[in-house]
This record gives sequence, C-alpha cells and structure tokens, in this order.
Amino acid sequence: MRRRTARRGHGGGRQEVPRGVRRWGRSFTRRDVAVLGVLLGTTVLLDVLVVWGPALASVGLSFTSWDGIGGIGDIRWVGGDNYAHLVEDYPAFWPAVRHNLLWVAFLGLLATPFGLLLAVLVDRGVRFSRFYQSVLYLPVVLSLAVVGFMAQLLLGTDQGVVNTLRGNRNDPVDWLGDSRVNLWMMMLAASWRHTGYVMILYLAGLKAVDPALKEAAALDGANERQTFLRVTFPTLRPVNVIVGVITVIEALRAFDIVYAVNKGRNGLELLSVLITDNIVGEASRIGFGSAIAVVLLGVSLVFVVTFLVQELRGAREK
Amino acid sequence: MAQSSSSGPRTPRTGAGHPMSRRDLLRGAAVGAGAVTLPALLTACGERPGGDRNDVTVGSNASDAVPRKAFAAAFAAYGKQSGSRVEVNTTEHNEFQQNVTRYLQGSPDDVFMWFAGYRMRYFAEKGLLTEISDVWREFEGFSQALKDQSTHDGKQYFVPYYYYPWAVFHRRSLFEERGYEQAGTWDQFIALARRMKEDGTPVACCDKDGWPAMGTFDYIDLRLNGHDFHRSLMAGEEAWTDRRVRKVFDVWRELLPYYQKGALGRTWEEAGQGLQRRATGMAVLGMPHPGSQFPEDERDDIDFFAFPEIDPRFGQDAVEAPVDGFLVAGKSRNVRGAKDLLAWLGTARAEDVYLRGDPNTVAVNDGADIASYSPLQRKSAALVSGAAHISQFLDRDTRPDFAQTVMIRALQDFIGDPDDVDGLVNRIERQKKHIFSGS
Repeated sequence: MRRRTARRGHGGGRQEVPRGVRRWGRSFTRRDVAVLGVLLGTTVLLDVLVVWGPALASVGLSFTSWDGIGGIGDIRWVGGDNYAHLVEDYPAFWPAVRHNLLWVAFLGLLATPFGLLLAVLVDRGVRFSRFYQSVLYLPVVLSLAVVGFMAQLLLGTDQGVVNTLRGNRNDPVDWLGDSRVNLWMMMLAASWRHTGYVMILYLAGLKAVDPALKEAAALDGANERQTFLRVTFPTLRPVNVIVGVITVIEALRAFDIVYAVNKGRNGLELLSVLITDNIVGEASRIGFGSAIAVVLLGVSLVFVVTFLVQELRGAREK
Repeated sequence: MAQSSSSGPRTPRTGAGHPMSRRDLLRGAAVGAGAVTLPALLTACGERPGGDRNDVTVGSNASDAVPRKAFAAAFAAYGKQSGSRVEVNTTEHNEFQQNVTRYLQGSPDDVFMWFAGYRMRYFAEKGLLTEISDVWREFEGFSQALKDQSTHDGKQYFVPYYYYPWAVFHRRSLFEERGYEQAGTWDQFIALARRMKEDGTPVACCDKDGWPAMGTFDYIDLRLNGHDFHRSLMAGEEAWTDRRVRKVFDVWRELLPYYQKGALGRTWEEAGQGLQRRATGMAVLGMPHPGSQFPEDERDDIDFFAFPEIDPRFGQDAVEAPVDGFLVAGKSRNVRGAKDLLAWLGTARAEDVYLRGDPNTVAVNDGADIASYSPLQRKSAALVSGAAHISQFLDRDTRPDFAQTVMIRALQDFIGDPDDVDGLVNRIERQKKHIFSGS
C-alpha cells in the first residue's frame, strides 16, 4: 500500500492509477490482509510440512544408509551409492520402470479414450443410458485392492473362473503367475475401473457443452464427426486437463491391485511396490527405498508438469 | 480379522485441541500419504489406551484358523491359573511380518510371537527386545540346541513353543495305490518324480508367496554342501558366485521338469489342496502346510519322508525345522506380567494345551505329553531328534532385508528361467555385498 501511495506521489497526477489496481487496494483493508495472510499462510505452511517437507526429507534420506531403527544419529551418509546400486544391481528396478510407463501408456491410450467413447455414447441418449451409466460407474466405488481380489477369483490357476470354464485341467493358463501375461491382466482389471471414472468426468463435461454450439455447427453443414472433433472436444479442454492428470497419477500410483495379487512380484513389479518392499516391509532399507521414491517422484513430476504446461499454454493461445 | 495395534502408530491424529473437521480429515489423509515417503517420522506417535495393569497383551501372527484356536485355548488356560487376563491382538501372518520393525518401535504388545535364530538376534542387537535370562533359569526340558536358538550374546530373549519340520509330503494311499516308494537318494527322488509326471500327478510346486521355494533351496544346499556351508552362506560369509552355490541350482534344475505348471501363480494353500485332491504326487513343504489343507478325517493319510540324500558325506544329517515362540518387546509396558506369562508358556503343560488344538506341530519341551501325538507328529519328533543339525529356514537364517528384497525374487527368477544361473548368482552376489556391507 505504501508503494502505491509513493507511486502516486511520484507521478504527480491524481488520476494516473489504473482503475483495477486502485480497486484492488481499496477492497483489501489491513484486516483483510491479516486474514488472508493467516489463511494462506496456514495452507502454505501445511503444504510445506506435509508435502514438501517429507518429499525433501526423502531426497535427503536417499543419499544415506539407515535401517529405520534407532535415532537420527544412526543415519550414515553414502552419497550416490544407493542410486548406483539401484540402476546397476537391483534386478527389479528396470522392469518396474518399464511396467509403470507401460501402465501410463495403457491407461492413457486405451482406457481413457474408451471412457470418452462410452461417455459420448451415453450422452447421445442410447436406450437404457441411465442403466449403462450406473453399471459402468459401479467399479469406481471399489478399491483397487478389491479389484485385485476379484481378478484372483476370476484368473486363479487351479480354482479361477476363467480356467474352470476353459476346462483345460492339464495345461491351465497361469494368468497371474506367468510374467508374460499377468501385467496385461492387471492393466485390464485396472482399466475396468479407470474407464468408469473417466466416463463420469467426461459425461459431466459433455452435459455442460452448450447445445447451441452443436446446432450451429450442424447448420454450417458439419457432420457428426466434425462436430465432435472441432466443436465439442475443444470445449472439453478443462475436463481434458483433469482427466489427463488423473490418468497419469492413477498409473503411477498403481499399487494395491498388484500387491493384492502377488505382492507385486514376478512380472508385476512397480516402483510403488519396490518402495514399500524396501521401506515399509521387514527389510527397512530406508535410504535405498527413498532413492526409489525419488525416482518415482521425478517420473511423476516430468509427466504432470509437461502435461500441465502444454495444456495451459494451449488454453492461453485459444 | 482382528487388527492388531500395529496399525496404531499410523493412525492420523487431529491437531492439538481442534475438533475433527473435514479439513483435518484431509490433512490426516495427506499425512497418511506422506507415510510412504517418510514412514520413520510417524513411528513415534500414537499411544494405545492402557488397560488394567494385570492384563498382558499378546501380539499374534497366528491368523490361520487352526493355530489361532489352539493359542486361544492356551492363553485361556494361563488366565485360569494365574488370574490375569491375556488380550490377544491377531494380525494376518505376512502382514505382521511386514510391519514388525515399525511395530516394535511404536507401541507393541507386551509379548509377541516371532521366530528363533537370526530373526530374533537381529532385533536383540537393535535393542528392541527385553532380556529374559532370569525366566530361562527356571526352565526345564529344553535342549541345548534350543537354548542356542534363543540366545544372543549370552543372553536369552526367546521362549520356544513349538516347531515343525520341512520334508517331502504325500498321501500314503496314493503311494500304495501306484506302488510308489519313498525316495532315499536324489536319483531315486528324480526317478519317482519322473514317474509321477508320467502318471499325470506331477510334483507340487508353489512360490507365489515367495517363500515356499526357499525350503527346497535350503535342503539341496544342506544335502549338497553341508550345514556349515549353508550357515555361513546365510550369514553372508560365502560368495553366491561360488561353484558350490551354482551346483545347488544345477541339481535343482533336474527336478524342475517334473513340477506342476504355474508355480509362480500358486499359493501354498492351493498346493496343499492339490495334494489333497490327488492332483499332485508330493510336495516339499512344512508340516502345517498340507496338514491345514486336509479335512480332519483325511489327515491320517498324510505321510512324509526326509529330503533325500545327495552327497553321502552329509547324508540326511540336517533337518529344516523352524521354531516359533514368544518374546517380550523392549517397549513392553507390563514386563512383570509378560515374564510371568512366558514362564508359564515355557512349561511342558502349556505346550500340551496348545498341541491338543494344533496337530500340525510338535512340542519343543522334552517333558511334553507325547502319548496323544498322532503317528505323523511322532514321526516328526523322531526326525528332528535324530538330526545332527537343525536349520530354521532361509528367511529366518539370514538378514530380513536380504531374504525379503533379494532372495524372494532370485528364486522366483530361477523357477521362471532356470537356465541363467550365471546371471542369477551374480545378481544375488552384487546385492548381497551392498546389503551386508550396509550394517
């Protein structure tokens, strides 16, 4: 405030202050600033405490060796040793990275577009659309751990539904144990849930699209495909951002479903599982596990930041 | 499934004095999420409401139905005799294991169930246990080998309660029907396995849980290289790239063609049920594994033979017989009550009560009443008492971080791709060096 007063003095004239700035100043009394400061400050402080604090602490711990027992004094600095060991010697690491990226691609290129397709179909008012909507959304209320459990009932080697139906007792397909197929089964099961989620988000977006836009496009002679691609889809941009970020996050934090099936081993390695195995498990390799966590953090940031920057830049250019 | 207090330390708490609101809940969730990145910070918080001073709480990992009931009977018998109440918090077996390190640093129960040997020593060394040498002085009927398994640095920390041997289990009636003979040597064993495969009942194999295959690895190593080598291998003193370790995998590979398919997708429960359904011919497992999967009236049909001899120098002199028992946590709040309970659990009578409910294990105390043993229990007792060496199990004989993060994957890799032994042992050795040099 003092700055603005000074500026006014400097300029000499009384009417030089732009109206917007002036209104800003007038509507924020000293008390408002104090309230804002407290409200914002608390949030920022909490954000730092519960999000950035632990994240940075993890980064710090990733350069140490610690078994999680005893005080801070037992922590030993080992430099980049954990990372070197991770990349060179830890056999589960590269498969886990590969599986996580595959998971992002699978959800992003198959499950999410499929969810959009379902949303469009339901939105166009096919018969029983309410019914489809509920049925497709139903899996979303299930936790992924439950989905994993259901996958086991369906795909178990000896007692699973699918193998019982196939009836081939002597040469059963080991859906969840064969490391060539089990990841795909898991991604299918995860997609089953993800699709419903994406569908509901897009459905909400589609309901908000002004029908007049579509009518105008139709009057201009656009066919349905053109209407969707040129008119409807661009107006869905805010939903796209949300869906995109959710898809990436869902894929990178995938954990419970593979953990429920086989503790994330034997073809189902994911970075989240390796973190748990090393930190939370009996192993207690806090430093080494933190190094994996930092890698996951890095991968997540790359995806989310790239995506957001692109989407937001696109929005500005519009 | 009853939740143990091991979840206590992770419970998000509201800020001091604030009423619980939605925002607090969200914050709590955020704290929970942060637990993945920095769990150590959270181990200190959380306090369980203290009960009566006379109560002793017991953290139990006996989540399977049969042992759970048997333990309940044993604690009830103690309560009747001593007048104090025993409160049992049962956690799913594997989950208990996963969380045990943080459990012991948080607010553990007074007494908890755990394993003998290296797994106990690890915690003793970290100061997470209460010494119970005074309780041990009163004990009778435990062999020196058992005392050694309960001892770290000249002090006792562990009360052994029961054990169960690992062996080759099968249905007696199936062997009679087909004219199979129990194998004494590796060649006979392979010949038997081949016949079983041809007859459509292959050798059972399961390793989805990650640990069952360890039993086979241990036995081949014990038979091929002897107990001393196995012990130092587990202690990290031998190289995994050693010719002798490679040989273990080479010998094991001879058996692989006769396994049933899909080992990595099968749990030990399913393997036990397969044996019961006569879908498989035999299985290398611990005694409770097939035992708990057979209906009661068919348990008499279970039989076993000792893992076959490979090198005559060692014969069948070692038996893998994990011992389960009780320890007092370092943070126990009722040490006197806990010690009193342990003093009772170390008596022969306490084991009798338990074994009445669980016929799949054998008492460790010489004074236990063996008159009520089933033939299988008697055979197990004879197998162990005749052994020159007793090993625990791979994941109990070595560092937990090594067993958990290296060996589970290594053995699963071997079963999935048995031909790359060279790459396998090199991978194990590199990780072993990193882990064993870390402490």
